[in-house]
Amino acid sequence: MENKQSFEDMIKRLEEIVQLLNNSSCPIDDALKLYEEGMKLSVLCDKKLKSARQSITKLSNEEGNKDVG
Amino acid sequence: MSYGVMSVSQLNRYVKFLLDGDLNLSNIYVKGEISNFKCNYASGHLYFSLKDQEAVIRCAMFRSDASRLRFMPENDMSVICHGRVSLYERDGTYQLYVSQLQPDGVGALALEFEQMKKKLGAEGMFDEKRKRKLPPFPKKIAVLTSENGAAVRDILSVADRRFPLCEILLCPVAVQGEYAAESMVKSLTAVYKRDDVDLIIVGRGGGSAEDLSAFNNERLARTVAASPIPVVSAVGHETDFTIIDFVADLRAPTPSAAAEMCLPDRMELLQNITSLNGTLQGLINAKLNGYEAVLKGLKKSTVFENPEKMIDGASQRLDYLVSDFCKSFEMLLSKNEMRFKNNLDRLKALNPMGVLSRGYAVVKKNKNAVVSKSQLSTGDVVSLTFNDGDVYCRVLEGEE
Repeated sequence: MENKQSFEDMIKRLEEIVQLLNNSSCPIDDALKLYEEGMKLSVLCDKKLKSARQSITKLSNEEGNKDVG
Repeated sequence: MSYGVMSVSQLNRYVKFLLDGDLNLSNIYVKGEISNFKCNYASGHLYFSLKDQEAVIRCAMFRSDASRLRFMPENDMSVICHGRVSLYERDGTYQLYVSQLQPDGVGALALEFEQMKKKLGAEGMFDEKRKRKLPPFPKKIAVLTSENGAAVRDILSVADRRFPLCEILLCPVAVQGEYAAESMVKSLTAVYKRDDVDLIIVGRGGGSAEDLSAFNNERLARTVAASPIPVVSAVGHETDFTIIDFVADLRAPTPSAAAEMCLPDRMELLQNITSLNGTLQGLINAKLNGYEAVLKGLKKSTVFENPEKMIDGASQRLDYLVSDFCKSFEMLLSKNEMRFKNNLDRLKALNPMGVLSRGYAVVKKNKNAVVSKSQLSTGDVVSLTFNDGDVYCRVLEGEE
């Protein structure tokens, strides 16, 4: 699941997990699994955000810039 | 001056010759209000009258000149015409042949802007319901702007600070000059064909109204309106408005503001993640504590704490049961004993030996009980059984 998931998906899932855990009827086994997943996700999100470097590409442009502003 | 009799054509040609030869009339500026405006769509020529309070003159503007107009003339519009005066030979009327037309008062650009805004607005191109929401976490933003302008630097620096997870696709375009609109249309079309871009920023830094005028281009506006991807416009300064600002899904006041509006803030996100993380730990701890408390409560219950007590109760019940059983058994027994005794007494009463003790005796002849005098004859020997033994007797007088 780690790298395939987009940042948005990870944040969404994290929020979902918190909501699920908030539900008092969640059985303990599930709760522990959710907790583990949530902790992993939060660490992953944190890492991703902190270590991310801007990536810049350029659209190949046959058309030259005739005028610049 | 006598030419004899002239034809109408000759006359008109002569007057035209005179008018065309006048230097003043060949390069003239005339101010007035437009009326009777007609655009011949087939030829592209414009025809109208120019008037002031007292007088009127016919005007014509040919397609080659009309096509350069930045705005569409309208009736009642105050304009300044530049052109020459000549005669239309067929009708014998003299006209102003307009080569340039400028709105009097407001500038041509301002007028063009207002007209375009009205036109596209009427088509519903600015409708709020057309505006799309921007993706909350864009993965790739196409940035259409000049490669060397301040706009691209601003956008890149904001993007790097706020949300470096988002990739930037630089699309260098001309943002002013004759080819700017076309260059942006081309670039946009290229971006539309990609499937990895989820947001587009089109913009440039500040400049004069003329500098920004490419962003009022109708084709560009229509291309932006047709975008399959949300577009954010970011042209000039906060006070500058261009047509694509109205067409875009979101108008940012400046290029760096566009980057701010398009990208989530890393610091806020990190804080949010930390708080989610805390909530997660709090929740699981609360849950575990809850379970622990339940477990403690269970452990304290008598079953575990004092198991004998459970048996105590049962054994007590057993005791009661046993004693009850004994009691009823005894009662049963004593009841039966009474019955037995009664029977015994009755049995005792029936014992012939008992009768013998009261003075009776049993008479037997040849070991058979004699129950009638007819059984005995004189001289028969009988036995008399008493309580304590037998004696033998002879019958002295019996039946004959």
